Amino acid sequence: MVEEVKLLGMWASPFSRRIELALKLKGIQYEYIEEDLKNKSPLLLKYNPVHRKVPVLVHNGKPVAESLVILEYIDETWKDNPLLPQDPGDRASARFWARFIDEKLSAAVRKVIMGEEREKALEEYFQLLKMLENELKDFFGGESLGYLDIAAMTVAFWFVNVQEVVGVEPLTEEKFPILDKWICKLQDMDVVNECRPPKEKLLPHMRAHVEASQSAPK
Amino acid sequence: MADEIVLLDFWASMFGMRVRIALAEKGIKYQYKEEDLRNKSELLLKMNPVHKKIPVLIHNGKPVCESLIIVQYIDEVWKDRCPLLPSDPYQRAQARFWADFVDKKVYDVSRRVWTTKGEEQKAAKKEFFETFKILEVELGEKAFFGGESFGFVDLSLITFYSWFHAYETFGNFSMEAECPKIITWAKRCLQRESVAKTLPDQKKVFEFIVEMTKRLGVE
Repeated sequence: MVEEVKLLGMWASPFSRRIELALKLKGIQYEYIEEDLKNKSPLLLKYNPVHRKVPVLVHNGKPVAESLVILEYIDETWKDNPLLPQDPGDRASARFWARFIDEKLSAAVRKVIMGEEREKALEEYFQLLKMLENELKDFFGGESLGYLDIAAMTVAFWFVNVQEVVGVEPLTEEKFPILDKWICKLQDMDVVNECRPPKEKLLPHMRAHVEASQSAPK
Repeated sequence: MADEIVLLDFWASMFGMRVRIALAEKGIKYQYKEEDLRNKSELLLKMNPVHKKIPVLIHNGKPVCESLIIVQYIDEVWKDRCPLLPSDPYQRAQARFWADFVDKKVYDVSRRVWTTKGEEQKAAKKEFFETFKILEVELGEKAFFGGESFGFVDLSLITFYSWFHAYETFGNFSMEAECPKIITWAKRCLQRESVAKTLPDQKKVFEFIVEMTKRLGVE
């Protein structure tokens, strides 16, 4: 049977881009459908009625939603080039840190954006980032890109931009030498560059987003 | 070498209960350590320095944190018996999605039902019923969320049952009246020894919450 793989995504969403990277690393052919999040398509509402969010992977007509769930689905369905480690302890650790990025680290970044007590918020963010950095070897996945590297793209290409957009101290080589080296490695990889929005397009988009959230009624 | 398994937990935690049910399902012997959440042990702070929360499973000295991650770990290590997740990748993805939904929605909205008053509580209740309605639709006519057998999603949600009496009393409603299918499903789950033996008495949980609200000055 011919595999039919579709990805409903959005160009600026780090969650959506994770899936693109995973599909490319596995060499899976897919059809990409760009969603206008201000005007969600009937297709998106049909395939993700619960959250109405991207990304959604549709495999032979069957939808899978939530980026980390999709990553595991891809890994279990297309078994070549495994993304998650084999050992259950290492798998638990990878899952733990991916959630950490999406929940705790993300919340810290949001606090930095909101601007109240920015110094304190930034300090907390850097503390949490250091915890993540301590998990890094060459890649989070060891010698090659894995599940956690894919999830951590959010840090490399989105959170780093937040610092620039908001005008705070950037992630320096001095403060985060291992993380910096990892980001440089990622920037050198064609497959990664194919999966991230160009900075010149992303920065103004993020700037607009930040301005909107800062002026939004609380 | 004999496995050394320690669980750092708190008796009323619906997250900790998930791990206890998983361990019971697999028939795994372990040492239970009750944590005083107002005075966390050195061991807890050492084993979960990032979140400083229970539950933490310590397997031969190595910690695993976050209840659903622990349950998956247990399922993968003791894979020879009683699988908690389905074997088909698509079914597994659905199970993970719904357990994630429980984590993202149920805890937060439930908490708001018993910690707020007035308009805020009214809004929380509305969202609470909407959330459980979504779950009822997902359950459909199935015996369990996973189909014919008790599984990952059932395990992730059933532990909230022990807090239902508290939600009902604080929120002034009846789960049986508002979400009858959930109650039927819950009673089915309670027929399993692992669940029946793990879930604390609803009254006991309610009394504990009353104590907590007094201390927090919520009343």
